[in-house]
Amino acid sequence: MSEQVLVAEGVFTWPSDEPQLIGSHFPESGVTVFPRAAACPKTASRVAEDVLLPRRGTLWSWTIQGFPPKNPPYVGTESAKDFKPYGVGYVLLGDQVIVESRLTLNDPADLQIGMEMEMVVLPFAIDAQGREVLTYAFAPVASADSDQNQSTNGEAS
Amino acid sequence: MSDVAIVGIGIHPFGRHESSGMEQGAFAARAALADANVQWSDVQYAFGGSAAAGNADTMVSMLGLTGLPFINVANGCATGGSALISAYNAIKAGAADVVMAIGFDKHPRGAFDPDPAAFGLEKWYGDSGLMLTTQFFGMKIQRYMHQYGITTSTLAKVSVKNFENGSKNDNAWRRKTMSEDEVLNAPMLSNPLTQYMFCSPGEGGVALILARADLAKNYTSKPVYLKSAVLRSRPFGSFEVFNSWLSPDRGDSPSVAAAKGAFEMAGVSPGDISLAQVQDTESGAEVMHMSETGLCADGEQERMIQMGETSIGGRLPINTDGGCIANGEPIGASGLRQVYESVLQLQGRAGVRQVENATTAFTHVYGAPGISACTVLTT
Repeated sequence: MSEQVLVAEGVFTWPSDEPQLIGSHFPESGVTVFPRAAACPKTASRVAEDVLLPRRGTLWSWTIQGFPPKNPPYVGTESAKDFKPYGVGYVLLGDQVIVESRLTLNDPADLQIGMEMEMVVLPFAIDAQGREVLTYAFAPVASADSDQNQSTNGEAS
Repeated sequence: MSDVAIVGIGIHPFGRHESSGMEQGAFAARAALADANVQWSDVQYAFGGSAAAGNADTMVSMLGLTGLPFINVANGCATGGSALISAYNAIKAGAADVVMAIGFDKHPRGAFDPDPAAFGLEKWYGDSGLMLTTQFFGMKIQRYMHQYGITTSTLAKVSVKNFENGSKNDNAWRRKTMSEDEVLNAPMLSNPLTQYMFCSPGEGGVALILARADLAKNYTSKPVYLKSAVLRSRPFGSFEVFNSWLSPDRGDSPSVAAAKGAFEMAGVSPGDISLAQVQDTESGAEVMHMSETGLCADGEQERMIQMGETSIGGRLPINTDGGCIANGEPIGASGLRQVYESVLQLQGRAGVRQVENATTAFTHVYGAPGISACTVLTT
């Protein structure tokens, strides 16, 4: 197995059986942002506390990235021929914040606004050093629950 | 304060060219000077910019070293609009009587590949494959279609219309008409948007000569009056390009405030508009910007576009020169292209794509990281 590396430190809790995204909560305004930030975009308050975001939420919007992104800024090194489209979405977590994320699904037929989603951590690319890069993504709850029976893509339909 | 008129317009054809972006800008500048029947030495102030083709003010070595004040403007997709607003304000302030606003660009092929740090984002955002404007447009229209019942047929019809308008425009990049099926069956770039629903980064240049309204007749028999030019950045809760998070407490797009400001300043209501140019980075953007700018209510676009109301000859023609979809997107030039087309239409010089009895025009640009610029123009 190749070496694994996190896309960034401090974006989500890891290693963990139940990883969570790390945001900032601004008590004065009630605003929650992701990732962490020093100032509230609504009030400019600099009184912030770290907050672990809910692992489950509902799909707010989505798309499928259908062509290989340019590297840089993308870290992936696969050729255009080997590129697999990937889902991208916004997931509403409680009533706190809507976060942008890769999705584990890439078939439009499997994606509906309002469906329940759960956060996972998975390898998404091989970087220039040949390492597997890990990031957070959201998977449909049903698929995440039966993860042992599914491929890592979890594309049950 | 003096009112402001546009007395000369110039364009370098959009598309792909051998010449540099700067040369295309200078070409447009010479055309605008000729249109206003003035010399470069008559221009007292200039504002201009490009996103990827160099500092506009170095153009003085091509136009003449007259010593005029020339201020470079860099404001993303609103670069052209910002140059225009600066020119407008210079005349309003009494700093000059004759001013040039210019925008030009030349981008590499393919999707834009912006640097996360330039947008205040951490490196991982780009690393993980989220730093694509195309994703934002896909997700924004996906949500909008879900909320307001817009269909993919309507998205395709916007492209069909803009290619049709582009086919009537000698300065457009894409001049081939396309059927709804061809648009729908093109490769899916970012669901629900196909390749032919998106504009492509491109090249081109536009220059405008502005003058004090009371002097306008010295330069042209058909001055067009710039009644308002308004720029806004994003309010809290808006949905923008490159947002790693959104607030569940949803707010308006900056286009809402910019359009409202432009209509109010002009003393004109959206119902008075003869034709409009709105930012069509992709066909969904045209749909959403129609309602954000107050040209229709949310959801009304479905019927309007299916009925052909936004085509030339319809009730409210939109993107009469083919928009970004047919002209491509040279970032620095796009906002001024919209004004160029509006002036052409209001002067009755738009040839086969002329909108009959056009008296009032509206323009709108939108771009990262959440900026919008709008104008109202009248005969």
